Amino acid sequence: MSVIQSLDPRITRALLSEEPETSQLVSNELFETYEVFHQAKTGARHTHVGSVHAPNAEMAYLFAKEQFGRRMTTTSLWVTRTTDIFTTNEDAELYITASAPEKEYRNANIWKVREKIDRFKKEQLNTISPQENE
Amino acid sequence: MLLSDTSRAAIKDLLFRMADDCLILGHRNSEWVGIGPVLEEDIAFASIAQDKLGHALSLYTILHEYLGDQDADTLAFMRPEGQFKCCHLVEIPTQEYDIALVRHFLFDTADRLRFEMLASSSFEPLAQLARKIKGEITYHTMHANAFLRQLSRGSEEARFRMQSALNEVYPLALGIFEPSEFEEVLAQEGIFAGEVALEKRWQETIIPILEQAGLMVSIGAEATLGGRKGYHTEHLSPLLEEMSEVFVVDPTAEW
Repeated sequence: MSVIQSLDPRITRALLSEEPETSQLVSNELFETYEVFHQAKTGARHTHVGSVHAPNAEMAYLFAKEQFGRRMTTTSLWVTRTTDIFTTNEDAELYITASAPEKEYRNANIWKVREKIDRFKKEQLNTISPQENE
Repeated sequence: MLLSDTSRAAIKDLLFRMADDCLILGHRNSEWVGIGPVLEEDIAFASIAQDKLGHALSLYTILHEYLGDQDADTLAFMRPEGQFKCCHLVEIPTQEYDIALVRHFLFDTADRLRFEMLASSSFEPLAQLARKIKGEITYHTMHANAFLRQLSRGSEEARFRMQSALNEVYPLALGIFEPSEFEEVLAQEGIFAGEVALEKRWQETIIPILEQAGLMVSIGAEATLGGRKGYHTEHLSPLLEEMSEVFVVDPTAEW
């Protein structure tokens, strides 16, 4: 059996065979995924930042702390099993934008209210101020 | 800060023990980078290793700034083996992950308790550092405890391997508490309550966790001593050589 010689001394020391044995994963070797939610300051909402593989919630939290809590200010983390998140396959069909484009008026985003308010204010200003000057 | 010669010597001895432990264990744990058991754990363990190197840096910096020693890099990379005060526990080579985890559990519990005691030390720079790194060390023990519990309650093979690792590592861990000649001075001056007090708190902390995990320590195990006096295992010298390989090429290089 020939052993891997690497520039990395750790690899050479590990005496790894150049022809590694292959093996099949059995079910409990595959971890579940957990979704991670991150809070940047106390009182702020938790935002989804990604997922980790872990055997249970406690380990998922430990892993999440290093994957997601290390590079940004963190006050709290939540982890939850991905399969515990309820969703449906029909998701997209349920919403107006996909199923009934003609009802787009219901979508609050399309109302450009700010512009209208600004325009109104400007008009008011133009109509009122000349009178006051008189 | 006015310190008598004896208390200076006592503090230096304490700081070198702690710093050398953190440096060598940090290096050993960093050997798992890229070859850890799963990606997430690889990152977590590497991060803990990096914290340890950070703690070593802070401790060497106190030696440099308050006690007239050389700078941190020189202390870490240029001292001969005999001047290192680390215990044998941190020196033993990276073998299997069971050994790495049990060592991590036993050492980091002692480390957390030691810094907890030092948070009220009369030597203010050390007390400040202890308060600053409390959060990091708490995470280290959380990580260690979770792994210990998980694996020991896992398959029969996992439990057997954790117990074998504990049998191998426990006498070395007792060497953490090898008393120094300065125990009395440190206690009298309110710098550190001492290795005996620390070991007692350590035993009280690890035993319930080990019991929960269904693991047992061998009664009457004898501590492996010598590290604190500069006598080391045959594993330290190659480690130091590898660790300082780049630095010694040009110690004055600016990075």
